Amino acid sequence: MNDKILIHVEGLQKEFAGGEVKALQNIDADIHSGEVVVVIGPSGSGKSTFLRCLNLLEVPTAGSIYFNDVDITDKSVDINLHRRKMGMVFQHFNLFPHMTILGNMTLAPIKLLGKSKTEAEAKAMELLKRVGLADRANAYPSQLSGGQKQRIAIVRALCMEPEVMLFDEPTSALDPEMVGEVLEVMKELAHEGMTMVVVTHEMGFAREVGDRVIFMADGMIVEEGTPEEIFSTPKQQRTKEFLAKVL
Amino acid sequence: MVEALESLWADLAADFYTCFIEKNRWKYLTSGLSNTLLITFFALLIGVVIGIVIAIVRSTYVKNYKEMKPGLGKKCLAVANWFCGVYLTVIRGTPVVVQLMIIYYCIFVSSNNGILIGAVSFGINSGAYVAEIFRSGIMSIDNGQFEAGRSLGFNYVQTLRYIVLPQAFKNVLPTLANEFIVLLKETSVAGYVAVRDLTKGGDIIRGATYQTFMPLLAVAAIYLALVMFFTRLVNILERRLRAGER
Repeated sequence: MNDKILIHVEGLQKEFAGGEVKALQNIDADIHSGEVVVVIGPSGSGKSTFLRCLNLLEVPTAGSIYFNDVDITDKSVDINLHRRKMGMVFQHFNLFPHMTILGNMTLAPIKLLGKSKTEAEAKAMELLKRVGLADRANAYPSQLSGGQKQRIAIVRALCMEPEVMLFDEPTSALDPEMVGEVLEVMKELAHEGMTMVVVTHEMGFAREVGDRVIFMADGMIVEEGTPEEIFSTPKQQRTKEFLAKVL
Repeated sequence: MVEALESLWADLAADFYTCFIEKNRWKYLTSGLSNTLLITFFALLIGVVIGIVIAIVRSTYVKNYKEMKPGLGKKCLAVANWFCGVYLTVIRGTPVVVQLMIIYYCIFVSSNNGILIGAVSFGINSGAYVAEIFRSGIMSIDNGQFEAGRSLGFNYVQTLRYIVLPQAFKNVLPTLANEFIVLLKETSVAGYVAVRDLTKGGDIIRGATYQTFMPLLAVAAIYLALVMFFTRLVNILERRLRAGER
């Protein structure tokens, strides 16, 4: 981790249904380069909405998000260029079912980065080897297990060589015995110095891998600190209640 | 008994000769068939192009309009969506024969090219139905597919082109094939505006020979054979497309 602020969030607000639902209220946060930030909180706390605002999959109602010092909520900014640098992994994998694994991984590098097929496939194969799925390169997503799909989803995002990876409850849709293999890949990624923002219910992962933990409730950041601070000596009553339930 | 059968057979053979062999009347059927196929083929092409464009406009409007940045693009989309709605209402709300006659007598007044007029008329008609088929296909694709595409950095149109439309096309293929078969049979009203299609060919033979049974049966048999052939073709294509996903 270094001191460079990669993502700076200022006064972020998100309303749904014309202001009836306030999903996020005045969120301020910084994500430093090389840092692993884990966002925890009860369901409906706005943590997924917060994550999805970071690459503008949800368009904020108010506030600014600076990525590499550029305000990506500015209407004149081409968000597509910035999204290339922000990998995202979804709860339900969202692999492209009509393409092979290799096709899934090389589509964006070929079409968006102008890489040659050979170049893109070489990079994809190298990543597949790292997650132990090189032998499935020509399989289709429906032929893989949930854990395998999620590992593919991670390396598909990595093929774009992103500066930050956003994880939206990556293990929530998995059978319990497959959670480990996905967390293992994420752990490795963290050790390699990737900047990561992870929304998860895996408290073990948050404690072990997280550099910083953000606890959210009711659309606000209630408390943030090192895993040690949050898990061992939480200050807020709301945090204590939540941890008492999940730990 | 045997004699009766023999005389029936002789009658049938004589009728067959009158209807198809004499004065090379079978040529009415073959040229009619080729016209029917030409009209259907080009009408389908026109219909699919119109259909895809309208489906994209309408599904984009439903999915994106609220989130779009205000500006020229947003206004254009609203106008385009309105036009598509009018087109669908008018085309689906009026009979195809009436549309055909309007195009023949009111719009293409100076043209006698029956194939062109038929293809344009049936294409415009079919486009409305194909549009709804494609729209339901696009809407049936999980939103996660859009999000995955957008999160990689594809813009909306690229996401549609590389990720959503290939899947939507696969999903709607059986319905689209059905539309093609309906279209093939629907072109049989082209005779209304003096286009010599297959049905008109049979009708000309009927008029010339005063025979009703043979020519109409022949026309029906040819339509049936075509429909069965294309149904089979589509089944094979569909199986191929799905092969990888299992």
